[in-house]
Amino acid sequence: MSNVIEMRHITKMFPGIIANDDITLELKKGEIHALLGENGAGKSTLMSVLFGLYKQEKGEILKNGELVVINDPNDANTLGIGMVHQHFKLVDNFTVVENIMLGAEVLKKGILDKSSARKKVMELSERYGLSVDPDVKIEDISVGMQQRVEILKMLFRNNEILIFDEPTAVLTPQEIDELMGIMRGFAKEGKSILFITHKLNEIMAVADSCTVLRKGKYVGTVQIKDTTKQELSRMMVGRDVEFTLKKNEQNIGETILKVSEFTVPSAHSKKNAVTDVSFEVRRGEIVCLAGIEGNGQSEFIQALTGLMKNTHGTVELCGDVITRKLTVQELSEANAQDSVDNDSENTKVKLKNVRKSIRYKSEHGMSHIPEDRHKHGLILDFSLADNMVLQTYHHKEFQNFGFINKKAVYDYADALIEKFDVRSGQGSITPVRSMSGGNQQKVIIAREIEKNPELLIAVQPTRGLDVGAIEYIHHSILKSRDEGKGILLVSLELDEVMNLSDRILVMYEGEIVAELDPKNTTVQELGLYMAGSKKEERRG
Amino acid sequence: MDKFKKVGNKLLKSQGLEALSASVIAAVCGLIVGLIIMLIVNPSQAFAGLGSILKGGFNGGFAGVGNVLYYAAPIIMTGLSVGFAFKTGLFNIGAPGQYTMGLFCSLYVSFMFQNVIPSSMLWVCALLAGMIGGMIWGAIPGLFKAYLNVNEVITSIMTNYIGMFLVDMLVKGNITMFNINEARTRAMPESANIPKFGLDSIFPGSTVNGGIIIAAIIAVLIYIVLFKTTFGFELRACGSNKTGAKYAGVNEKRTIVMSMIIAGGLAGIGGALLIQAGASNTYEPVNVLAVNGFNGIAVALLGASNPIGIVFAGAFFAHLQRGGFYLQLQNFKPEIIDIIIGVIIYFSSFALIIKSLFPQLFTFLKFKKNIEDTTAKTVEKTIEVEIEKNTNDKSGEV
Repeated sequence: MSNVIEMRHITKMFPGIIANDDITLELKKGEIHALLGENGAGKSTLMSVLFGLYKQEKGEILKNGELVVINDPNDANTLGIGMVHQHFKLVDNFTVVENIMLGAEVLKKGILDKSSARKKVMELSERYGLSVDPDVKIEDISVGMQQRVEILKMLFRNNEILIFDEPTAVLTPQEIDELMGIMRGFAKEGKSILFITHKLNEIMAVADSCTVLRKGKYVGTVQIKDTTKQELSRMMVGRDVEFTLKKNEQNIGETILKVSEFTVPSAHSKKNAVTDVSFEVRRGEIVCLAGIEGNGQSEFIQALTGLMKNTHGTVELCGDVITRKLTVQELSEANAQDSVDNDSENTKVKLKNVRKSIRYKSEHGMSHIPEDRHKHGLILDFSLADNMVLQTYHHKEFQNFGFINKKAVYDYADALIEKFDVRSGQGSITPVRSMSGGNQQKVIIAREIEKNPELLIAVQPTRGLDVGAIEYIHHSILKSRDEGKGILLVSLELDEVMNLSDRILVMYEGEIVAELDPKNTTVQELGLYMAGSKKEERRG
Repeated sequence: MDKFKKVGNKLLKSQGLEALSASVIAAVCGLIVGLIIMLIVNPSQAFAGLGSILKGGFNGGFAGVGNVLYYAAPIIMTGLSVGFAFKTGLFNIGAPGQYTMGLFCSLYVSFMFQNVIPSSMLWVCALLAGMIGGMIWGAIPGLFKAYLNVNEVITSIMTNYIGMFLVDMLVKGNITMFNINEARTRAMPESANIPKFGLDSIFPGSTVNGGIIIAAIIAVLIYIVLFKTTFGFELRACGSNKTGAKYAGVNEKRTIVMSMIIAGGLAGIGGALLIQAGASNTYEPVNVLAVNGFNGIAVALLGASNPIGIVFAGAFFAHLQRGGFYLQLQNFKPEIIDIIIGVIIYFSSFALIIKSLFPQLFTFLKFKKNIEDTTAKTVEKTIEVEIEKNTNDKSGEV
């Protein structure tokens, strides 16, 4: 087989960091070539160089043995290189066909020729088994379908070299299997695929060969049939990685979090995002809210932590009512009941709606690793040190009479950087914006765990992270569990759900549809509950 | 630890340098456009005209410099007002209204309470009244923004007009303050004027007064509040990422209101500083929004919203204004200065782009040099990696 693309000795520098240092990559015709590496290893940078988003400082790119210069994505497109980005680039209120033809419009006498474009899309969709409806709007279809639209966009432009940037991060297990099938179909047709990922299972399942990068350097290229998962992970991380989590015996204590009849309105429609959710989290257990994205998990956590308002329900944290929102009728009934019961105790406080502030919750044992680290978890323009004290800057040890004690803040941050191995360009004064995603996440994890909470809420704590960082975060969470904290985990990754949790609550369309024990259930069964095709009557 | 501090200082300096270079570039662009206009209007005098502009207040010797300082004080205050709100993520376009309210409250206290307040304290009380007037006028858009989510730009444009017409109405209806024959307020009571703090002996014959010192002290205070206190931490967190600040437990509604109140107070002091400047200043109720309020936006932009930068930017604009006055000697219209200021504002709003272009170039060059320096040190490490790579390759073959 001949090389379709050769990238030779590519070097790409950014201020303060060498993102790619002398990297060579060869892509053969009709092969699926995986690009493996931890976060910040330089995978995305390398692909951006190939796609014309960055210009390399050194090195050359060859297509079919000929030297080519790629200055922008249009050049890449002309050369038949297409890319599905991690974050889709689609216009929400355009239809599928309109999105696909955008930028490659078919014209007939100067007028958009939608019908021939539609025909071509239908053909392609059928040929590769994508089953996309060309006339629906993007905002009305699932994330998995949107990804297929992105794939169709590449096919529509007759691209021969397809780059997939972390394509499985947003998919359900069933969708992942389908995507793998689609990719194999492309390879059989003679198209070449570059597949960026850090998930070893997927590489083992679908790829022919794999190039591994570590910290911007080339580690090696291996054929998948000659290698093992262990070896790949060793190449990627530079040491042996444990895949199975060793969980200590559970030691369950009293209830930390008690949620009852919790209802949250939806921001987009009149329906509720979360309806009547009730459950408990006890000391020493990891309770996982599993579900496909967009089934109310985000809204639930935001309302629980105080970023949104709930319309009904009560939350107790360590026996302390932090949120109580009852209907008028319920309130008056409860109070009437009280006055009958307690004739002697006239001083009894009347039942009232309660909504404690975010700060109150944070100060009383609730830690929250948020879903969106850029929107909520960090102030990107602040330094690493300032982000480490984001909720605690007003504590006595960090301030004197309202003046921030810079030295104390830096000492504290340096200690956490050391303890949690947070890597950055300039230590604690580094602007967080300039750090890699994995290290940004470590900042949040360090901050939230070091607060020594009673309840740790972790929403997709390992999203977009590499094996090494995931391992570390899982160990940190397990350690907190063994220390007797209550942990509420929200995750979309089935492996994580199965390995980490002690109890699984499956959320579907804003309701908890099942409570499962990970020891007595299978991934397939879990998938069925998540997709809403199976429902169980919950006890109590 | 010492080493660490050094690195920190270096970074701060380089960031300051970035902001400064962006502002200087904006100013130079403005002056070039001014020169081009002068070349078109009257080529023979154009370079002499540019000389006048650059010399600014110095055209008039020490007295001229004193006048520059007199003009600078109020626009430094409105600049601080706009810049402070910027830092909290708010665009305080309401500075003219707050400025006018401050001016009125200062006037009112000076005239109506001159027999009540001891004369030595009158100027301080009038100044504080000006601050409070501005605070109230700043609080309105702040409250609307925080609790009803109404864009502060819209509300503050409204409050500008309401404030201005309200003040004009109140002034015209009060014969103690208003001189109907001259259609302007009467001269301020002597004791309401800000003391000169000895500045008049340095700049004799000028209209200079203690206002510039007060403005400079307030700028330093604002700097300390923003960058050294927990309150400033909250303000900046809110300005840079509102949802992040909310997550961190900052009461972002309260922060927005507080920020607008302080910003309003600063603009209010600006108005009070002008009317209490002692150059027989009077207010003319002619239904026009205060220009000094709008100039605050320009000053804040050129000063990159940094309180210390704003002091210099304010002085620079005052310098240009005076230059425009002397420009008339070359038969140019002083409006050229307004055009130059306009262009500077335009380029200052590009500050972000300019800021990101230049340091990238600098740091990249520096970085390249660093790599060369550290190559020797990293040789050892590279060898290690090489060995590791080889072993990996071998294991691949096996």
